[in-house]
Amino acid sequence: MAKHLVQTRLNGEPVEFLCDPHATLLDALRNTLQRTGAKEGCASGDCGACSVLLDGRLVCACLVLAAEVEGCEVTSVEGVAQAAQLHPIQQKLLEHAALQCGVCTPGIVVAAKALLDRNPDPSEREVRYWLAGNLCRCTGYDKIIRAILDAAAELRG
Amino acid sequence: MRRVGRLLTGLMDSPARGYEAPDSVEQAVALLSAHGPAARPLAGGSDLLVQLRAGLQKPAVIVDLKRIPELSAVVLDDEVLRIGAARSSAALREEPSYRALFPGLLEACELIGSEQIQGRASIGGNLCNASPAADTVPALLVNEARCEIAGPEGRRFVPATEFCTGPGSTVLGLGELLVALHISRPAARSADAFLRFTPRSEMDIAVVSAAARVQLGEDGRCLDARLALGAVGPTAFIAEQAGDALRGVSPDDAALERVAALAREAAAPIDDKRGSIAYRRQVAGVLAKRALRVALARAAERTRG
Repeated sequence: MAKHLVQTRLNGEPVEFLCDPHATLLDALRNTLQRTGAKEGCASGDCGACSVLLDGRLVCACLVLAAEVEGCEVTSVEGVAQAAQLHPIQQKLLEHAALQCGVCTPGIVVAAKALLDRNPDPSEREVRYWLAGNLCRCTGYDKIIRAILDAAAELRG
Repeated sequence: MRRVGRLLTGLMDSPARGYEAPDSVEQAVALLSAHGPAARPLAGGSDLLVQLRAGLQKPAVIVDLKRIPELSAVVLDDEVLRIGAARSSAALREEPSYRALFPGLLEACELIGSEQIQGRASIGGNLCNASPAADTVPALLVNEARCEIAGPEGRRFVPATEFCTGPGSTVLGLGELLVALHISRPAARSADAFLRFTPRSEMDIAVVSAAARVQLGEDGRCLDARLALGAVGPTAFIAEQAGDALRGVSPDDAALERVAALAREAAAPIDDKRGSIAYRRQVAGVLAKRALRVALARAAERTRG
């Protein structure tokens, strides 16, 4: 099977990889590039565990072909923390104990960052609607929402 | 086990798979024509990738349309809003002037899936997927959208009302693709609205949906009314008689009750897990009335403004 060559930027670094023409971005991230932060939950765009930013826009990596990201900028959860310094969203999720099994957490971090980058002062309702596509089956939503609102407050200073 | 099974299937029955990202409509048409039904056009992918994963589609070649500038562009001139067929819902929402012109259409866009889905999903793809429950289709119908289609014979226009021919099927022929949707600016004192009924407020598929567009006369009577219903037939459709019943009359409660009755009559739903026939008929009447009320209020506001 002919492989497809993709050149792109991942978390600010240029990367190139070979992929099956119909492989998803999630496959490429996890299995080729060894960035296993994005998780495969449903593989149909319902759960948000594979949320990444594609040219700054929040998307499910399971619904993007790897070949489509040629020349794009991909941001995965691995690009959120600055070296050993957690992003305030990550820190607040820890402080609020807003995760149990952790499978949804990378997607929630990326989705919440996309929201706060656009809207630094969202209402609780706005956070809940924005995260409608991120399922947490440990049902920790309240803590997650509180952690994100707290992170937003800290980021505003 | 599941993964191994899929890998083996992949090796056995789809030896040659390709991905093409043409940068012009002409190249896309050439690719779609050359490969015929073995090629699938890709816009946002929120339907196609799910179908690939489920094994419902096994295209030899995927033709990604997002590198074609015309398909991602939105242009508003003095007469028409032209929405490139592959423009993502999220990108469309960002321009406030479109919402000011077509609040109902933008409301329908916002109801498609999650933020993640809207980051990819396009109105053009929503129409081409031809689901009876597609959120944006009723709003396209009441706004008299025209579909610009490119194919081996050149370009042609088809009214949105004729584009979907059944669940999952459209008028697109071999080698053809949807390039853009053209919607005329709303007439004076007119406005649209869209409502959808779902058990959950987000991430759900319409049990019934309704779009309305009305134009008020200077005397407050209804000059024109169009009502479209979704998820209550094989395709979304215009409920002609329901709209006609408002034309030339004062849109009071009694008139809206008559429209609701005609909407219930026009609905031809099926029984499925999302709702029974009787329930969907009832909800079609309720949503018809409510969507018209929202559109009437907006048109009245535009009259004052």
